Amino acid sequence: MTTPIIRFQDVTKRFGALTVLDDFNFDVRQGEKVTLIGPSGSGKSTVLRILMTLEPFQEGNLELAGLSYHEPQGRGEFKASEKHLHRIRSNVGMVFQSFNLFPHMSVLRNIVEAPVAVLKMKRDEAEGRAVELLRMVGLLDKKDHYPSQLSGGQQQRVAIARALAMRPRVLLFDEPTSALDPQLVGEVLGVIRGLAHEHDLTMLLVTHEMRFAREVSDRVCFFDKGRIVEQGEPERFFSNPEQPRTREFLSSVLNG
Amino acid sequence: MMYGYEWDTTTTLSFALSILPILGIGLLVTLQAAAVGYAIALVLGLVLALLRRSRFKAISWTVACFTEFVRDTPLLVQLFFLYYVLPDFGIILPAFMTGALALGLQYSAYTSEVYRGGINAVPRGQWEAATALNLTRLQTYRDIVVPQMIPRIVPALGNYLVSMLKETPVLSVVTVLDMLGLANMIGERTFDYLVPLSMVGLIFLPMTLICSALIHLVERALPKSGIPLR
Repeated sequence: MTTPIIRFQDVTKRFGALTVLDDFNFDVRQGEKVTLIGPSGSGKSTVLRILMTLEPFQEGNLELAGLSYHEPQGRGEFKASEKHLHRIRSNVGMVFQSFNLFPHMSVLRNIVEAPVAVLKMKRDEAEGRAVELLRMVGLLDKKDHYPSQLSGGQQQRVAIARALAMRPRVLLFDEPTSALDPQLVGEVLGVIRGLAHEHDLTMLLVTHEMRFAREVSDRVCFFDKGRIVEQGEPERFFSNPEQPRTREFLSSVLNG
Repeated sequence: MMYGYEWDTTTTLSFALSILPILGIGLLVTLQAAAVGYAIALVLGLVLALLRRSRFKAISWTVACFTEFVRDTPLLVQLFFLYYVLPDFGIILPAFMTGALALGLQYSAYTSEVYRGGINAVPRGQWEAATALNLTRLQTYRDIVVPQMIPRIVPALGNYLVSMLKETPVLSVVTVLDMLGLANMIGERTFDYLVPLSMVGLIFLPMTLICSALIHLVERALPKSGIPLR
C-alpha cells in the first residue's frame, strides 16, 4: 500500500484544560473520500481545522503529502514558519459551514482572487477557469452577482468552486449543509456528489447527513470524545455498527 | 493694512467685509494644515494599527505605548514640544509643517483606534477563508480586511476630520498665520477684537457643516459590504 496522504500520529490538541483530540491516530489514502460523524464537540471539525492550519496542536506528528506540520526548528504556536505553513496549505482547500465568501467581491472575483494573488495566474486565465467551475456548480448566470444576492445554497456552491480553483489535493468540508434551509441542502450535496467521482481528489467531510455519507464515502469514521470509536466501509458501518456508542448515536440521529 | 488689503473701520459691517480677503488667506492656511494633518493621521494611523497587531511583542508593545502616550497628552504640549525641542536635535521644520505634523501625530493615535476597531469587526470567518485560500497576511489585509472595514470606519474617521479642522487654530500659537493668527493681528492693530474673532467663528461654522454633510454623503454612497481596493 502506498503511503497515506494524511497521517495523524498520536496528535493531541488542547484548548486550555480541555483536550479535544487525545493521542489521535488517523490515516487517509490519496483519493479516499472519508466522512467524519459524531456528536458535537467530539473533535471532528477540529481535525479539519488542524489540517487547514487554522488551529495548532500541541503533541504528536501530522503529515500531509509528505510535509510534516511541525518543523524541527519551528517556533510559535504552530511550530513552523509562515513559509512552511504556506507550502502545506497549497495542498489543502476548505469549505466552511458559514460559506465565508468575501461579501465585497462579485462571485467571479471571489473565485479569481486567490489564483491570481497566490498562484500568480494571469487574470483572464483565472477568469476562464472560474467560468468553467461556475458552470460545473450551475451558477454561471450569477457570476456578476454579489454573495448577499445569493441563497445560502448558491453561496455554498460558489464557495466550493472557490476552493477548487486552487486545485487542492485534499478538500475539507466542515458541515457544508448545516447552515442551510432544508430545501437548499440537495443542491449543495449534488455538487459534492459530483466531486466524489474525481479520482485523485481526497475528501474529508464532516456532516450530519447520514444518507449522503453512506452514498458518497469510501469510509465512515465515528468520533466520540476526541477519538475515533469506530470506522469502516459505509454499508457495513450503517447496517451493522459494532460499538454500543455508535449504535446509540446512529439511532438518535436516524430516528431523531 | 495687511497683505495689501486696507481695513475700513467706519462701521462694523465695512470692517468685517474689508478684512474678509485677509481672513481668506488665513482660511487657505487653515485648510492646508487640516488637509496635511489629516493625510498624516489617515496613513500613520493605519500603520500604527497594523503594527499594533504584530506578532512580535516588542513591536506591538512599543506601538501601544506610543499611541496611549500621544492620545493622553494635550495637543498643545505636543505642539510646543515639536516646535521648541526638535530644533535642539537639529530638526528644524517650518512652523506650518510642525503644526501639521503635531495635528497628524495626535490624530493618528485616534484613527489607529478606529482602524483597530474596524479590523476587529471583520468576522473571523473572513480571516479563515483567506487562510484556507493561502493568501499571505499582507494580501489578506489588502484584499479582504481593509476593503471590508472602510464603510465601517468612515463615520468615525469623518468625525475626526471635523474635529481636527476645528482644532487647527492652535497652530497660531507657534506663529502659523492661520485665520485665528491673522484675526489676532488685526485685533492688535485696530484695537477691535470683537469683529475679527467673530468672523473667524462665523467662517468655521459653514465649513464644519459642509464637511459633516460631505462625510454623510460618502457614508451613504459606500456599499455596506466593502470596496475592493484593486
